[in-house]
Amino acid sequence: MLDLLTGFVGELRAAGIPVSLTEHLDAAEALRHVPVEDREALKYTLGASLVKSSSHWRAYETAFEIYFSLRGPAYRIDDAQDGPGQLDTDDTGQMQGQGHQRGQGRGRGSGGGEGMTPEELADLLYKALLGANSSMVAAVARQAVSRYAGMEAGRPVGGTYYLYRTLRNLDLDGVLERLMAESRASTRSAAEDPGGGDPGGGDGGDPTVTLTSLEERLLRDEFQARIDQLKAEIENEIRRRLVADRGSEALAKSLRKPLPEDIDVMHATRDELVALRKALVPLSRKLAVRLARKRRHGRKGPLDFRSTVRHSLSTGGVPVDPKFRYPRPSKPEIVVIADISGSVASFARFTLHLVHAISSQFSKVRSFVFIDGIDEVSRFFERVDDPSEAVHRINTEADVIWVDGHSDYGHAFTVFWERWGEEITPRSSVLLLGDARNNYHASQAWVVKELQARARHVYWLNPEPRAYWDSGDSIVGEYAVHCDDVVECRTLRQLERFVGELA
Amino acid sequence: MSQEITTGFPVAGAPRFESIDAVRQGLAGVDYLADDGISGVVFLADRLAKPVLVEGPAGTGKTELAKSVARLTGSRLIRLQCYEGLDESKALYEWNYKKQLLRIQADSGQSWEELEEDIFAEEFLLARPLLEAIRSPEPVVLLVDEVDRVELETEALLLEILSEYQVSIPELGTVRATQIPLVFLTSNNTRELSEALKRRCLYLHIDYPQLERERLIIETRVPGISRALADQVARIVRSIRTLDLKKDPSVSETLDWARTLVVLGIESIDVEQARDTLHILLKYQTDIERAAKELAGVDSPD
Repeated sequence: MLDLLTGFVGELRAAGIPVSLTEHLDAAEALRHVPVEDREALKYTLGASLVKSSSHWRAYETAFEIYFSLRGPAYRIDDAQDGPGQLDTDDTGQMQGQGHQRGQGRGRGSGGGEGMTPEELADLLYKALLGANSSMVAAVARQAVSRYAGMEAGRPVGGTYYLYRTLRNLDLDGVLERLMAESRASTRSAAEDPGGGDPGGGDGGDPTVTLTSLEERLLRDEFQARIDQLKAEIENEIRRRLVADRGSEALAKSLRKPLPEDIDVMHATRDELVALRKALVPLSRKLAVRLARKRRHGRKGPLDFRSTVRHSLSTGGVPVDPKFRYPRPSKPEIVVIADISGSVASFARFTLHLVHAISSQFSKVRSFVFIDGIDEVSRFFERVDDPSEAVHRINTEADVIWVDGHSDYGHAFTVFWERWGEEITPRSSVLLLGDARNNYHASQAWVVKELQARARHVYWLNPEPRAYWDSGDSIVGEYAVHCDDVVECRTLRQLERFVGELA
Repeated sequence: MSQEITTGFPVAGAPRFESIDAVRQGLAGVDYLADDGISGVVFLADRLAKPVLVEGPAGTGKTELAKSVARLTGSRLIRLQCYEGLDESKALYEWNYKKQLLRIQADSGQSWEELEEDIFAEEFLLARPLLEAIRSPEPVVLLVDEVDRVELETEALLLEILSEYQVSIPELGTVRATQIPLVFLTSNNTRELSEALKRRCLYLHIDYPQLERERLIIETRVPGISRALADQVARIVRSIRTLDLKKDPSVSETLDWARTLVVLGIESIDVEQARDTLHILLKYQTDIERAAKELAGVDSPD
């Protein structure tokens, strides 16, 4: 067990979760107190002692599933094969006969499956979802994977490929519609009370009643939740099989989920972008709190004589506790100029979001976006509480296309200089965002040089890995000579660090 | 005590709980419905004599957990509410200056050595929550509430007490715990806590409960609610949480809402009633409008 734990801790560290030696010891100590057979308890025990942040929990869960997947009697891989086909058809028949009734524990038997037609499987799935029977959902998931995923031993593809294949064949959207239709029908007929598992008939009685829109919505959410559960089951099943095929360590490497703050923004998948967006809100809030604190509790200023004497009264006139004046440093003014063409759009969005979320830390924030034309977008951020709304409006309303909608840094900068150049003051810090892939247009680097002469600082944030800079049509080097600093900013973590230092 | 130093683990007192299940049932007995994670971590906290750091969205029962554990074990609850600017003298202990001054002025005949020993005696010590928890002879549950509100530097105050269950007072020496208190720290996650603090704690993240558990919580906490209504409330709240709102409804707000419905004598919620009472569940005007619109099905998906 200890060896296993050590391997597991190693995997967590590799996934980026900081696990200290003390925590490792704690986990080992904790294992003595919980029954090891209880997988849930084990998961929470290790989680409580090893993982100290909720944003790491997903990565932890994945690693846990991989490392401790095959070690429980209920999780045997051959489960899906040992049920005789006879039982299976019985089961289905029974299910059809009993309609909505929740078949506790019966779902286990739906193994075999060789004799099942896709229609039967779909039907079984539908019953399982309607009855909210979790063991049956699990069985169906297992069944669906062995049927549709077409897994081949030793084939070096990730789990997502199999997941996609399975889900495509199940047509879950269709199932959802069918479930909804069924509930509507059952409310109309409202003959029997289906019990707690099926909310549709809850207010039954009058046969002519149809579902109100509120009930319909609740029902849809309920079924959606069950379908999500099914998806999770399918994912688990695929992972279990992959582990059996390739072994935990190899798999852990390929399935490792990066922490939200380490996701490469430019190459994030849709799911990852959602995770990023979620991580961004608390991140900006934390940053704002930290900066506000830094401002208030900065170094102490000169002695505040008046306040000291005032406070000395409680100690009989002895100035025990000297008071100081706190200096109030001036807040910088920020000008963000961001490229929002396809390749770097999401990065620009995150940066604008972050900068505006902490705009209280700056005396003024002005934002400009460009592709080959340039437009000021500060107005979108005025009087909205939620920066994401404004960011959404930028995508639809900003006027950034001049000729063909391919990035032209040179033209955008020139226009900026002509229209707004006067407004850059020695108090402004200018942030330039983009990969500097200029499609072989003229660079017009003199604008950046002029900006540097006028502004307090000019920074360039580049979302590309440093190794790709100045390759192909990237001309970040030409601009870099005129910037105070050029920063590689591929992840939220890097972005946060930069913005934190700026304020 | 020498063993403590060699192993690095504080010696836990007599275990308070038999098993994880006993924790869960005990907590249910005092009207706190714990899930596997919560009861497991509380159990471990007792066995390993480690503090628990509880994080999660506001209003999911973090503080309530500590209170319930205190009720369950029949211990006294000592609470330290953290705020910005909290310092040693408010959290740990303070010398009673005024009394010391009085002592010096009242009796001038003594030699300095005698006097010094005298004014730094226990008599002049004002125990604040942390020291009080350590010195208490009876069993104690210590709740350090909203620890994320103190500054990073102040966190360090907690470290000694959390890992060794002792407080060092330069003039008096070290005060060791007579019994190991159960310690809960709660955090609303407004900032990242320091590694040093996290390392000393078990971590528990309490999220919004699953549908079934939320329904049970409503049934337990709201007297006189019918099962059907509790079920409906839980479902509506889950639907609202799937929307992209500024502030999701918390468990405590859900309970408030359920209570309101019971008081109003509503047995089954329709859209009208839901809209009229939404302001109890949601605290932002934009959120309320949005949720009302969604529930009415004006622009429900597909």
